[in-house]
Amino acid sequence: MIVAERKPLTEIKGMLQGKQRVLVVGCNTCVTICMAGGRKEVAVLASALRLAGLEHVGEETVERQCDMEFLAPLTKLQGYDCLLSTACGIGVQLLGDLFPGLPVYPALNTKFLGVNEDLGCWSERCQSCGDCILDRTGGICPIARCSKSLLNGPCGGSQNGKCEVNGDVDCAWQLIYDRLEARGELDKLETIFLPKDWSHSRDGGPRRIRREDVAL
Amino acid sequence: MKAGSRLEKVLTAGHFAVCGEMGPPRSADAKAIRDKAQYFRGYVDAVNVTDNQTAVVRVSSIASCLILQEEGVEPVVQMTCRDRNRLAIQSDLLGAAALGLKNVLCLTGDHQSFGDHPTAKNVHDIDSIQLIWGVDQMRKGRFMGGDEIKVPPQFFIGGAANPFGDPFAMRVPRLAKKIKAGCDFIQTQVVFDVPRFARWMELVRERGLHREVYIMAGVLPTRSVRALRYMQQDVAGVSIPDECIQRMEKAADPAEEGVKMAVELIQQLKEIEGVAGVHLMPVMWERIIPRLVEEAGLYPRPVVDDD
Ligand code: SF4
Ligand code: SF4
Repeated sequence: MIVAERKPLTEIKGMLQGKQRVLVVGCNTCVTICMAGGRKEVAVLASALRLAGLEHVGEETVERQCDMEFLAPLTKLQGYDCLLSTACGIGVQLLGDLFPGLPVYPALNTKFLGVNEDLGCWSERCQSCGDCILDRTGGICPIARCSKSLLNGPCGGSQNGKCEVNGDVDCAWQLIYDRLEARGELDKLETIFLPKDWSHSRDGGPRRIRREDVAL
Repeated sequence: MKAGSRLEKVLTAGHFAVCGEMGPPRSADAKAIRDKAQYFRGYVDAVNVTDNQTAVVRVSSIASCLILQEEGVEPVVQMTCRDRNRLAIQSDLLGAAALGLKNVLCLTGDHQSFGDHPTAKNVHDIDSIQLIWGVDQMRKGRFMGGDEIKVPPQFFIGGAANPFGDPFAMRVPRLAKKIKAGCDFIQTQVVFDVPRFARWMELVRERGLHREVYIMAGVLPTRSVRALRYMQQDVAGVSIPDECIQRMEKAADPAEEGVKMAVELIQQLKEIEGVAGVHLMPVMWERIIPRLVEEAGLYPRPVVDDD
């Protein structure tokens, strides 16, 4: 899922300065699961804004803010100065397309593609590099999970399973080593990984997929 | 001969090599570089110049290397993957070769969160093994992208190895990969924990890798128990046995003890089969180099042709 985190209230209030009628729009998908921008969080944020003195704060939560089909009904709502989205950055942008004349503000910081590791703990798993290499790294992604995105093994700072950058973070290459060992594939560590083609990643510019087989 | 640097000649002639290391200043101060050069001239075969080490901005390695070269000290350019993508790296390396620099040490680079610009983006377009591969391609006449280089840069290519990093079992395969990628010499992380270093060397010899690459062991002379404690607690990938710290604590004259410890260490390392030299990293204590090299019995340095 896409994992996000709510911005501090003071930052949100700063964006809304001078606005009196705000529609807070939540999303039922990823940000609900990571407890950052679902119906419940929309309600909490809306009451905080009312307490802060805003004249009118509306609440709407849609199934998926990244899908125009679910957003379209919102155009019926009238009389707002601006919208505040508690979806990921994708939802914020799509809402903006739907309301080109109204400011749409982000209430969340979109963090990463990841998993729920534990109660109240999420962590990154993928950077959508566009050319997956998990078959070569024991199913553990060094691009997202090694602080330096190393493709040929650990740097010199890996110690006791932890990354040199932060003792709370597992060293991706220790995880890869352990996994390859468990799979009996340690020989994979001997192959040189040549420079990666990053053109499939963000470096190639905004990405788009067109599929003839599903196009109308 | 790959590049014909002094370091390469010393190593290929079978001499026990001695390298130094210098961090350039954090300002446009050429004199600081020239002043430090005097401690190394004639006492070491080559001096590494760090590339924004610990992610702190300093005079560039290549510029500092040129100044060292003018001062009669053979430099080793350090090149990290943190700050440059493959275009910048190759263009800098062409420049280095055009300036007559012949040794390059290929590194990943410390993470920017440790340095003076922790809010910077890092690059890591390629990693250190891919960099070694790339420099080897370049000296064979091809850019990393495949185009021909009419006048290929000739480099003696180095890499790093850390016998004290984890997972330990990956440390030798990683060295083997560096060699396969085109690495000619290796400089190791600083050694304090001799038993672990010796165990690593044993695994290196089991695979015969000591015959395929020149391995220089890292030595950090220090006179400060604080520095030792700091490295033990806060620097990932360095192993400092408690005995070292106790010995320094008890010393009446820490500077004298520091020299003694470094000399003893060099002698121990020299005895380990497959160690082709030492790499001295006197952080903030460059002036100790002449005395250290003399007392370790490594002075005078061998004469090689063209010197
Ligand atoms: S290799 Fe690329 S696509 Fe695969 S998990 Fe990592 S970042 Fe995602
Ligand atoms: S310690 Fe491990 S995760 Fe951290 S940068 Fe080094 S190899 Fe990557």
